[in-house]
Amino acid sequence: MTGPGGALVVTDLRVEFDGFVAVGGVSFDAHPGEVRFLIGPNGAGKTTCIDAITGLSKGTGSVTLGDQQLLGRSTQKIVRLGVGRTFQTASVFEGLSVLQNLDIAAGLHRSSLSLLRARRGVDPAIESALEEIGLSEERETPAGILSHGQKQWLEIGMMLVQEPRALLLDEPVAGMSQDERTATGELLQRIAQRRIVLVVEHDMDFMRRYASRVTVLHQGKVLSEGAVAQVQADPRVQEVYLGTAATTTAGSVPPDAMTETTTDAARHGEGV
Amino acid sequence: MTRLKPWLPVIGIAVFAVLLLVVAPAVLSMHWLNNLGKYCCWAIAAVGIGLAWGRGGMLVLGQGVFFGLGAYAMAMHLTLESTAPGSLPVFMILYDPLASLPAFWEPFRSDAFTLAAIVLLPVIVAGVLGYALFKRRIKGAYFAILSQALAVALAVLISSTIRETGGDTGLSDFKYFFGFVLNDDANKVMVFMIAASLLILCLLAVWQLNRSRFGELLVATRDAEERVRFLGYDPANIKLVAYVVAALMASIAGALFVPIVGIITPAEIGASASILMIAGVALGGRASLFGPALGAMAIGWGQSSLGSSWPDGWVYILGLVFILVTLFLPMGLSSLFGKAKGLLWRSRGTPPDALDEPAPVLEPVGDGVTK
Repeated sequence: MTGPGGALVVTDLRVEFDGFVAVGGVSFDAHPGEVRFLIGPNGAGKTTCIDAITGLSKGTGSVTLGDQQLLGRSTQKIVRLGVGRTFQTASVFEGLSVLQNLDIAAGLHRSSLSLLRARRGVDPAIESALEEIGLSEERETPAGILSHGQKQWLEIGMMLVQEPRALLLDEPVAGMSQDERTATGELLQRIAQRRIVLVVEHDMDFMRRYASRVTVLHQGKVLSEGAVAQVQADPRVQEVYLGTAATTTAGSVPPDAMTETTTDAARHGEGV
Repeated sequence: MTRLKPWLPVIGIAVFAVLLLVVAPAVLSMHWLNNLGKYCCWAIAAVGIGLAWGRGGMLVLGQGVFFGLGAYAMAMHLTLESTAPGSLPVFMILYDPLASLPAFWEPFRSDAFTLAAIVLLPVIVAGVLGYALFKRRIKGAYFAILSQALAVALAVLISSTIRETGGDTGLSDFKYFFGFVLNDDANKVMVFMIAASLLILCLLAVWQLNRSRFGELLVATRDAEERVRFLGYDPANIKLVAYVVAALMASIAGALFVPIVGIITPAEIGASASILMIAGVALGGRASLFGPALGAMAIGWGQSSLGSSWPDGWVYILGLVFILVTLFLPMGLSSLFGKAKGLLWRSRGTPPDALDEPAPVLEPVGDGVTK
């Protein structure tokens, strides 16, 4: 199946762990130029979806990037086909400096022999990524002593230097301050101008501000899909987020009030 | 100073080379020069272990296997070279006067084949073994146990094939080394020089690997293997390269050990020998450049001086040293340097140029105000 215009197309994706269906037939697509959000309560299968797309979990169905099938390939192969991802907990190489982290990530397209040489100078691509993620001043800092937000930006930078076609971000703003969230959201919007950006998020406020389209997952299935306002108005989404006790008032809750409660619901959900 | 800093290890290697190749032959007696050659062999194996374990995180507890491959390849060649043409090695006739030379001995008559085998055998064995292990993501304790078991298995195999390999008595009584008479002092110095030069070469190779992008990737793989996949690399391949290089170094070490020491037995390649190899690396500092080599040489020296005069005590001293090092210096003695440097900076408080300036300028001004 060929996705239109180099899109990431997920069709009928299923992931099972020993008989437990974590993702049961999810389909969605993401195009360059939009910041695509994947939301849902805890255990909805959001991260599992991303794991399956990046080859960490085995899934069935189809995941294509442009005309390339991704399912069934190894993680490192999928990365080389142009899919980058970040993790819920920043996983930069703490012993290496910011520059070394970016350099090691940019090595993707180097020949194996050049690996035997030491690094000389800084790649222009790395320089521009440093600029983009706002860590130019911190280039020699060991990644281990960066703040939480800076680590997440460094991770995004490490994806950027790989020049991926699709970036998958798993809860990029969790634990960030309001200012950092704004900076991250704007960074994602800039990146999304030429690339596919898919964000898994709990934070409804962040989603409302930066999402172009949203897919809501619940118990491993797609519950609702569409623009932010559309999804917020969907009674099924409200039911999932507010629980059965709220069904009587669900219809009368204005979209804005709902986002506040869903944020709370999501936060409660995190403890489960 | 800052421009000099990246080259400090090379200067260190150069100093080490002068000490080994110029000073040692001039100062040491033949007996101690020979011993130093033996320590160089262990140091070569240790440099490889430093790469695989210190930088790559693979606890290679069975380097005796590769040490043994190189050693027995060399020993078979030297045995055949010392045997009159048409006759058999003495030990074979001893066990069976009618025996014929086993087929696998035959190619080791050739100089070229022997040298090629010393290089290629460990590369092939480590390549196949490492590929199978790392692709299946076997690591940590499982990898360590497996490599240790292999060393035991090889030692047992050699012990039990006394007719073909000499068994526990090993191979000895070598008279010639590629045409040179081994009993000649000048030739002994030559063999020592070869071992010392190869140690220097191995240090240079590991220095370059450590500073290369491969070295950074290897450390990254050690610290976060799964994350490396998302850089587009297969960590198995990165570990495989380090493992094969370490195996090659161990094999070269074994091959030189034979003409220097004059005997190779399964005891030199079994479990305890393998552990002693890694012990020197742990003592010196596994992740540093010089730590493994110097640690291995120190252990070797301890064994031949203390170990021979006071064998019972030596084992306890060795044990005690290890307990102390693992408790207080987990990264080995070489981490003392970093700590000392840190202390020096702290006691000075400020960089020297900032310290020198204010004293002469401020003193007179202060005096003027108070008076």
